[in-house]
Amino acid sequence: MVAFILRRLIQSLFVMFFVALVSFSMFRFVGDPVHQMVGIETSLEEREALREKLGLRDPVIVQFGNYIAKAAVLEFGVSYQHKRPVAEMLAERMPATLELALVSAVFSLLIGVPMGVYTGLNRDGFFSKMFLSISLVGISLPTFLIGILLIFVFSVQLNWLPSFGRGGVVDLGGWTTSFLTVDGWKSLILPSITLGLFQLTLIMRLVRSEMLEVLRTDYIKFARARGLSNRAVHFGHALKNTLVPVITITGLQLGSIIAFAIITETVFQWPGMGQMFLQAVTTVDIPIMAAYLMLIAFFFVVINLIVDMLYYVVDPRLRVDTGKATGHG
Amino acid sequence: MKTLAYALGIGVALATAVSGAADAKTLRWASQGDALTLDPHAQNEGPTSTMNSQIYDALILRDKDLKKIPGLAVSWAPVEPTVWEFKLREGVTFHGGQPFNADDVVFSFERALSETSDFKNYINSVSEIRKVDDYTVQIVTDGPNPILPDQITSIRIMDQEWSQEHGVEKPQDYAGEQETYAVRNTNGTGPFILEKRDPGIETVLKVNDGWWGWDVTDAKTNVTEVVYKPIANPATRVAALLSREVDFVLDPPLQDLKRIESTPNLKVQQINQIRTIFFGLDLGRDELRNSDVTGKNPFQDPKVREAMYRAIDIETIQRKTMRGLSFPAGIITSPGVNGYTEALDERMAFDPDQAKALLAEAGYPDGFGVQLDCPNDRYNNDEAICQATVGMLAKIGIKVNLNATPKSIHFKSLQNKESDFYMLGWGVPTLDSHYVFSYLAASEGSWNFTGFSDARLDELTKAMEVETDAAKRDAMIAEAWDILKASNAYLPLHHQVIAWGMSDGLELPIVPNDSPSFRMAQMR
Repeated sequence: MVAFILRRLIQSLFVMFFVALVSFSMFRFVGDPVHQMVGIETSLEEREALREKLGLRDPVIVQFGNYIAKAAVLEFGVSYQHKRPVAEMLAERMPATLELALVSAVFSLLIGVPMGVYTGLNRDGFFSKMFLSISLVGISLPTFLIGILLIFVFSVQLNWLPSFGRGGVVDLGGWTTSFLTVDGWKSLILPSITLGLFQLTLIMRLVRSEMLEVLRTDYIKFARARGLSNRAVHFGHALKNTLVPVITITGLQLGSIIAFAIITETVFQWPGMGQMFLQAVTTVDIPIMAAYLMLIAFFFVVINLIVDMLYYVVDPRLRVDTGKATGHG
Repeated sequence: MKTLAYALGIGVALATAVSGAADAKTLRWASQGDALTLDPHAQNEGPTSTMNSQIYDALILRDKDLKKIPGLAVSWAPVEPTVWEFKLREGVTFHGGQPFNADDVVFSFERALSETSDFKNYINSVSEIRKVDDYTVQIVTDGPNPILPDQITSIRIMDQEWSQEHGVEKPQDYAGEQETYAVRNTNGTGPFILEKRDPGIETVLKVNDGWWGWDVTDAKTNVTEVVYKPIANPATRVAALLSREVDFVLDPPLQDLKRIESTPNLKVQQINQIRTIFFGLDLGRDELRNSDVTGKNPFQDPKVREAMYRAIDIETIQRKTMRGLSFPAGIITSPGVNGYTEALDERMAFDPDQAKALLAEAGYPDGFGVQLDCPNDRYNNDEAICQATVGMLAKIGIKVNLNATPKSIHFKSLQNKESDFYMLGWGVPTLDSHYVFSYLAASEGSWNFTGFSDARLDELTKAMEVETDAAKRDAMIAEAWDILKASNAYLPLHHQVIAWGMSDGLELPIVPNDSPSFRMAQMR
């Protein structure tokens, strides 16, 4: 297990190195940061001097080397636009993104799994068909459109929920949370539905198809033959065995929720990292873009690792296999 | 510990809810992008200047018609050709209680001239600034400078003691690893006091009841608090206005103006912006970079330039592309700029037949191919204007390949002089035509990518820099405009329109520089 984790960690470092390399080679095409930093009155010489100072005239490979050397000691530089340390800015924005991602993930699990079980058990029920049709909407409509629709209905027409921002936040020693105020929770509703809708439909459909598969297997028939109650068969045996793929997908999707929060955050002016990243793209703020991409890569890598470890917990066969392997030397 | 934090949190939330309920009038507004910094000399950028101008005063302010009015200076006049003298306002204090005097003015100008200031180019004619007595300063320029008063309306005054106390004698440098104190803390003399600054999220200003200008420059506002929140997504910004979560949106998208106007209790204000949109033609090169004409540059022929001008149907662009929100232009500067006249702003008539004939005369009866470079995120409907133009030029045989890119790429390629035919918009912060000539028309102009060069115009541009006799200077400006207009090196399109969306209960005069002054606001 320890060797496995170590191996995974080393792989992760490679992944992050490549993310950095790819993003750095892309930065050459996003435009000129200096134009965004100075007024139109600034002369060409002054612009050149600034480029020199920022190291933008070095070859890409040198810039990349410098960046990696600094990133290795967790130094991510200073934002061109805001002139503040990027690490500090990301730390300020991270709670908003993580809370939003967490609430959407919980929302999609809490609604998605029961809906999946229900539609799996009552294949031809009226509600099953309805859920499935509605879920098509969740899969096919783009996030920003869902967001705008929700804003239109619940903020503009009904005036029930705020259309933007985090509402009341409470600062708990550097971690700003919207979990402690009514206003904060109200502000969370629309963005987390928007962000979670796709995952919800994905989880629902996944659970449904897994359930259908599992219900056909011999051990379910056997369980029924033993006279177990429906409840025990469905939840104790069937559902539990559908969980491995669900955990994989949910885990990986949590990474995407964090990464793709970019769009939801922009639509709802949610002050998270994604929104900051998008702003950084328009102003060619390379230090922010680079640090954000590295951070997201890091999240993916860590979540993957956790998912792999969770398999051990859920699936006893994996434990047995490794036991055997070591046993035989 | 945790429970304590919870209790505190709820307490704070309740307290804010209750204090907001008093007879306070809060003006909540939103726009696309937040100020980058509250350091008044660090960033010369629209939203940053707008925010800082609520907190910091300059020696000279502008009223709602952008006319100069006394600010921290009560009067100013040249005492010698190269020396301007300013009499300062007495009895003014900073928000922190420090008295305002000549030392602060000298300090602030030196700060604005320092290496790391983004405003040094505004006042680079200033060679010395000296204190005469506590309430008199003199600004010495390296030659006569008739528009110094216009230039210094952007130079905001900080307190010397406060700046020294917090180590912010210089604007922050890019090399600096930490943000300086002045980025999030302020101490101005202006009509509003900074209450809370959460960059990118929320900025709260409260009214300065002791501001010197109440009933001097403006009637006292009844707004007690101004809350600003940036909302990057245009649709969300409009939704926030429609749902009354904000009272004022600075930059609603043009296609939503009708929607706002038709909503009860909301209104839209419009005015021409000090920004004109136009095309530039590179007539300096012997051969264009991206064209099927080799061995010569078709743009060098005045007939070709006139043909292209006449082929553009600006009325249609105004009606269809801009939905009526533009003023067709005959020169590349806007009403409100010194030197602009309605006669100059007359366009040559749209006439595709004559355009075709002109092309044939110039030796291109079947037209030619060329690339048009356009930004797609800088000006109102920029890409759509270019697309419309492509179709119009095709009708006279000019096959245009449209290259629309984000502004960060577009402006880079302009500055690298890589474009034959490009779109540009130009605003004039000094509100004087000299700004246009020196950047866009003079041979050495740093934004003149046309290769246009005229000895007489260069001479006039130099002369109007130092001419202090207003009548003579205006004659020079008029002559220079005639030269530039006749050249058709630039094909003018239109003056941009700005539109603000706000609730009916808010009175806030719209200004052509797109920078609201909340000191002028009144709320019902």
